[in-house]
Amino acid sequence: MNLDFTDAENAFRAEVRAFVRDKLPDTIRDKVASGLHLTRDEHLQWQRLLFERGGWSGPGWPKAFGGPGWSPVEQYIFEEECALGGAPRLIPFGMKMVAPVIMAFGNRRQQERFLPKILSAEEWWCQGYSEPGAGSDLASLRTRAVKRDDKYVVNGQKTWNTLGQYADWIFCLVRTDPEAKAQRGISFLLIDMKSPGITVRPIITLDGAHEVNEIWFEDVKVPVENRVGEENKGWTCAKFLLGHERSNIAGIGIAKRELARAKRIAAAETKRGRPLIEDPLFAARLAEIEIDLMALEITNLRVLSAEAENKAPGPEASILKIKGTELQQAISELILQAVGPYALPFGKTAPGPAHAANRAAQYLNLRKLSIYGGSNEIQKNIVAQMILEL
Amino acid sequence: MDFSFTEEQLLLEDTVRRFVAKDYAFEKRRAIRASADGWSRDAWQALADLGLLALNVPEEHGGLGAGPVDTMLVMNALGPGLLLEPYLASAVVGTALLRECPPQAGLLEQMAAGERIVVLAHDEPEARGNPGYVATLCRIEGTDFLLDGRKCVVAHAAAADALIVSARLEDELVLFLVPRDAPGLTLDAYPTLDGTRAAEVHLAGVRLPASALLPAGADALERALDIGLAALCAEAVGIMQATLDATVDYLRTRQQFGQPIGRFQALQHRAADMLLHYEQAKSMSTLAAMRCTSQDAALRRRALSAAKVAIGRAARFIGQQAVQLHGGMGMSDEFIVSHWFKRLTAIEIEFGDSDTHLQYFIEASAFS
Repeated sequence: MNLDFTDAENAFRAEVRAFVRDKLPDTIRDKVASGLHLTRDEHLQWQRLLFERGGWSGPGWPKAFGGPGWSPVEQYIFEEECALGGAPRLIPFGMKMVAPVIMAFGNRRQQERFLPKILSAEEWWCQGYSEPGAGSDLASLRTRAVKRDDKYVVNGQKTWNTLGQYADWIFCLVRTDPEAKAQRGISFLLIDMKSPGITVRPIITLDGAHEVNEIWFEDVKVPVENRVGEENKGWTCAKFLLGHERSNIAGIGIAKRELARAKRIAAAETKRGRPLIEDPLFAARLAEIEIDLMALEITNLRVLSAEAENKAPGPEASILKIKGTELQQAISELILQAVGPYALPFGKTAPGPAHAANRAAQYLNLRKLSIYGGSNEIQKNIVAQMILEL
Repeated sequence: MDFSFTEEQLLLEDTVRRFVAKDYAFEKRRAIRASADGWSRDAWQALADLGLLALNVPEEHGGLGAGPVDTMLVMNALGPGLLLEPYLASAVVGTALLRECPPQAGLLEQMAAGERIVVLAHDEPEARGNPGYVATLCRIEGTDFLLDGRKCVVAHAAAADALIVSARLEDELVLFLVPRDAPGLTLDAYPTLDGTRAAEVHLAGVRLPASALLPAGADALERALDIGLAALCAEAVGIMQATLDATVDYLRTRQQFGQPIGRFQALQHRAADMLLHYEQAKSMSTLAAMRCTSQDAALRRRALSAAKVAIGRAARFIGQQAVQLHGGMGMSDEFIVSHWFKRLTAIEIEFGDSDTHLQYFIEASAFS
């Protein structure tokens, strides 16, 4: 029993830290620090820098597909150092979602066609899962794909699609057998966003941002060769994605970075003539969150260590998702509280101190964390099913 | 980083689990609790025979010289048994303190063999978990020391052969080894909410020879208390695991409305929340074990106090929810769940409650 990282892991951490310090463009670092949304080019610029470093853009990728072949602990260290160094979150849809599915279920042609351009950030991917009538109950999705000769004709609507306005490709769950029950008649399709019949319509969220979209499919033709896995077996791919991510789902690095920000803000703000951080009520709130984060960090490392020993996955991914998102939300709430009345001015002009700008927008935006990726209530259902086995 | 245990450690844990299952079952404990002393010398001897009382005694004193990880595993396994014997008080805290300053030849050896029990009498009514607070007064008269004061809720005081008593000598915290039958020392013994025994210890002109003064002070005391705190956290984790397992089992089997109550989502989510608390608590107990002997005082304070806060919160949630989900069965004295709940409640209060340690955590973190 030993909680310390090995010398090799510490050396790896130093290597990542130096890379982020030296190579992350200041413009991007500043935007991340200010809680601003990055442009498409800025996202891709950072991913390409990572790619050129030796496939670092795909931290979870095996060497066989051009990735760095890191252990779960190395992936964890990499993600933590990126976050602490102020790098943006890697857009997960290509790298962490469709790529593992293509690696596991795709044929050789699909692997050769799609994987290299995901890793090199030449193509941007987005996700077509949720529909207006299929959120937590994802298997009730109705987007229809009818096979005609060597093509599927797709009709329907996807929603809550993240950053589809930037995407070259979308991976979709579609219904190929309307007679089959729920999960059975679903297939997993890769669709070119330039296909005729696709319309992307922005949804403006409560923070004023354009981060999500509705996507309409009207007689969109998709070559049958772009189906991953067997027809009507797409749910297997979808399920494969759930619970796959362990090394960064808790967002420990982001939480540490943001907690440090909360402390800096609270040290700069004053209350009753003293730094806010010395206020007993605020300090207690901050301490509770920090303790929860200390615990989650060790919980995450315990999960990774069990994964390294190839123990069967249990409810760990759900536990990490629930606690990690609750923590990030709690920290954003603490920051909102710390900036005080200057949390109120909203928009381009920010009359308060620089550290107050965009904090309200970020607090509002992060409410999404407990909703997406399987809401935290769905995660609790999963945990309960695993332990109760009813 | 390595979360695995050695084969010897796993064997040790297994031995203790088998002891609890076979020799310390709930009915047996009930009988011990109802006895005049409220603890069992036979059970104590059985712990000695298993080598558990020698665990924290250094090898040069006839012990096993084990570390906090072994203690963590033992406490995990002892926890569900709700021992009424002074394992934590004497075999962990008492031993940890005395091994820094072995006072009389043979004492640690006797403790390892189960022949002598020594517990710490430190807390005072006004201290509220502050280990630095001592009002008990020490005066010097010739070559003797005289103690006057009161120690409160001293766990297992009546079972002890000797007490380690803290006192104030001018501005210094000093520690004495005091025989329980020393003239001037009286006990008001009583049961506590978890079924164990404790006592108010009154010291009225207790006269001690210079040899009773232990060559250890406030630092050694805090180190011993932190080793005890880590063990207490591990005990809580063991009880929480048993409580969670029992609750899950009950949700699976208890039928209402024609189905197991575990099919109801309100209860499913409660069970999931219990598991979340448990995993976080287990992580913090691990941290406490790894840091409780650290020489870096600030690092140790942060880790140990954080652990006590996290485990206090988890113990309260899991204990309360276990009673709630068991319904009437959770309220029953006949069923072990209520006894686990009571011990978890006591643990949250012992060694400084959650708010006390939240404050220590803040002070050690220097939030400014």
